[in-house]
Amino acid sequence: MSTATGYNFAYLDEQSKRMIRRAILKGVAIPGYQVPFGGREMPLPHGWGTGGMQVTASVIGEADKLKVIDQGADDTTNAVSIRRFFAHTAGVETTEQTAEATLIQTRHRIPERPLKANQILIYQVPIPEPLRFIEPRESETRKMHALSEYGAMQVKLYEDVARFGHIATSYDYPVMVNNRYMMDPSPIPKFDNPKMSMMPALQLFGAGFEKRIYAVPPFTRVESLDFDDHPFEVQSWEEACAICGSDHSFLDEVITDDNGSKMFVCSDTDYCGDRVAQGFVGSAADLPIAEMETEQ
Amino acid sequence: MNTTADLLTPTREWQDIAPLLSVRELNKFYAPGKGCGDISFDLYPGEVLGIVGESGSGKSTLLSALSARLTPDSGNVIYNSEQFGEMDLYACEESLRRVLMRSEWGIVHQHARDGLRMNVSAGANIGERLMAVGERHYGQIRTRAEEWLTAVEIDTSRIDDRPSQFSGGMQQRLQIARNLVTHPKLIFMDEPTGGLDVSVQAKLLDLLRNLVSRLGLSVIIVTHDLAVARLLAHRLMVMRRGEVVETGLTDQVLDDPQHPYTQLLVSSILQN
Repeated sequence: MSTATGYNFAYLDEQSKRMIRRAILKGVAIPGYQVPFGGREMPLPHGWGTGGMQVTASVIGEADKLKVIDQGADDTTNAVSIRRFFAHTAGVETTEQTAEATLIQTRHRIPERPLKANQILIYQVPIPEPLRFIEPRESETRKMHALSEYGAMQVKLYEDVARFGHIATSYDYPVMVNNRYMMDPSPIPKFDNPKMSMMPALQLFGAGFEKRIYAVPPFTRVESLDFDDHPFEVQSWEEACAICGSDHSFLDEVITDDNGSKMFVCSDTDYCGDRVAQGFVGSAADLPIAEMETEQ
Repeated sequence: MNTTADLLTPTREWQDIAPLLSVRELNKFYAPGKGCGDISFDLYPGEVLGIVGESGSGKSTLLSALSARLTPDSGNVIYNSEQFGEMDLYACEESLRRVLMRSEWGIVHQHARDGLRMNVSAGANIGERLMAVGERHYGQIRTRAEEWLTAVEIDTSRIDDRPSQFSGGMQQRLQIARNLVTHPKLIFMDEPTGGLDVSVQAKLLDLLRNLVSRLGLSVIIVTHDLAVARLLAHRLMVMRRGEVVETGLTDQVLDDPQHPYTQLLVSSILQN
């Protein structure tokens, strides 16, 4: 794709990038701490990933290979438009392969394939403050972070158990980073929470609306909150992926007709496609929808 | 062995016990004449101190300054803490003050919605302080919450209801339970019976009096209602225009008021 003219490399001007990089460095130095930054206007609305895009624009280089996923998929609107945006403004190579990418901007998922030390994972974050549910005042939540007063967060889990009999929070599940800061992992399913801990890749979080950046450096402990008698558990499915037969990945439920038929498929399309290429098959491999997926 | 000699020795307790809270020359003025000034007193363990006076006399300002929520212009508040020993509230770290507020202290607000989390259940409201001091076992938190609901006479079947579904009196009792769950030593109350009807007031006062004597709590209670003060307080401080005009034992102050303002206050109660 031809590179856009009249724009700086990766859209943002160099001064803005420097400012954002300083925020990122501070975030890396204090794992889980929310660093305020002067969020810039991006040419798309807040809530579409502008926080993640500003982080991506600040760390991307000409040699990088970018992958963008939305709900695990490379081919959804948000993913396609952000990938095209950077192909256009930075002229970088893009890819749908997790293994090949050096930068991965994500919304709602961490790829199934374990990430490596030379990769950076950038999350789009809608609400960076995990304590917002219990405390609406920013001055107060900052104080709570500063003094490690995190008992109130447990109230959210208490409410879950009282109402549903188990911890029903299934995404945006609060974590403690490096035994110090409470962090909102962005709306990833809690299935992905264990992957954050001791990950070799650098994890950066950008919230465009709230103008906050935070980070989890490589090989940092990330623990999910729980109760002694209600330990943290991830989702599990009785079904396997209908396309690739995987019984260990995060599955999406897809309605296939008006009569209530449904199938479960991997939410990570790249992972699913890889498995099909390796010869794995699921129960619905002969259905037209499965063929469509495989052709990609 | 209770011999006559033992009984005759002067009571050891009140001579030797250190005050729980010592206030020295406390001043907080928003503007000349608005606030409270030159306040000094000692509060001993197990004692209930009433602060009475008309609206605008500085009662609530004083209570906020005593309970570490409002930095005074000058003066000291010394609290004798179980965890930290003797501490000057406004000279120590804010983090210590906040630890006190959720462990050794309780603050009962006039409006229950200031002291409760209205969008989480009654059980969570009581459990929050437990979780704040490190309790991480759901079953135990739940059991303690049920015990305290029973103690403040709220049906345990209401444990998962939100405070917004409670009546005013129940909200006030829930607020008390939420404060008492961590076994505080000192409770600050600002008009705990304000806005409740007379029969509910009576019930709440009865409950408070029982809890205070059973748990040996020290209480500083601000009220403009002399009946409440007579029922709960051992000792009274009468305030007017930001100053203490009279102090003494409750019965003494109410039955034989010395200061003209106190006399006016006492005589303005409807007699039947």
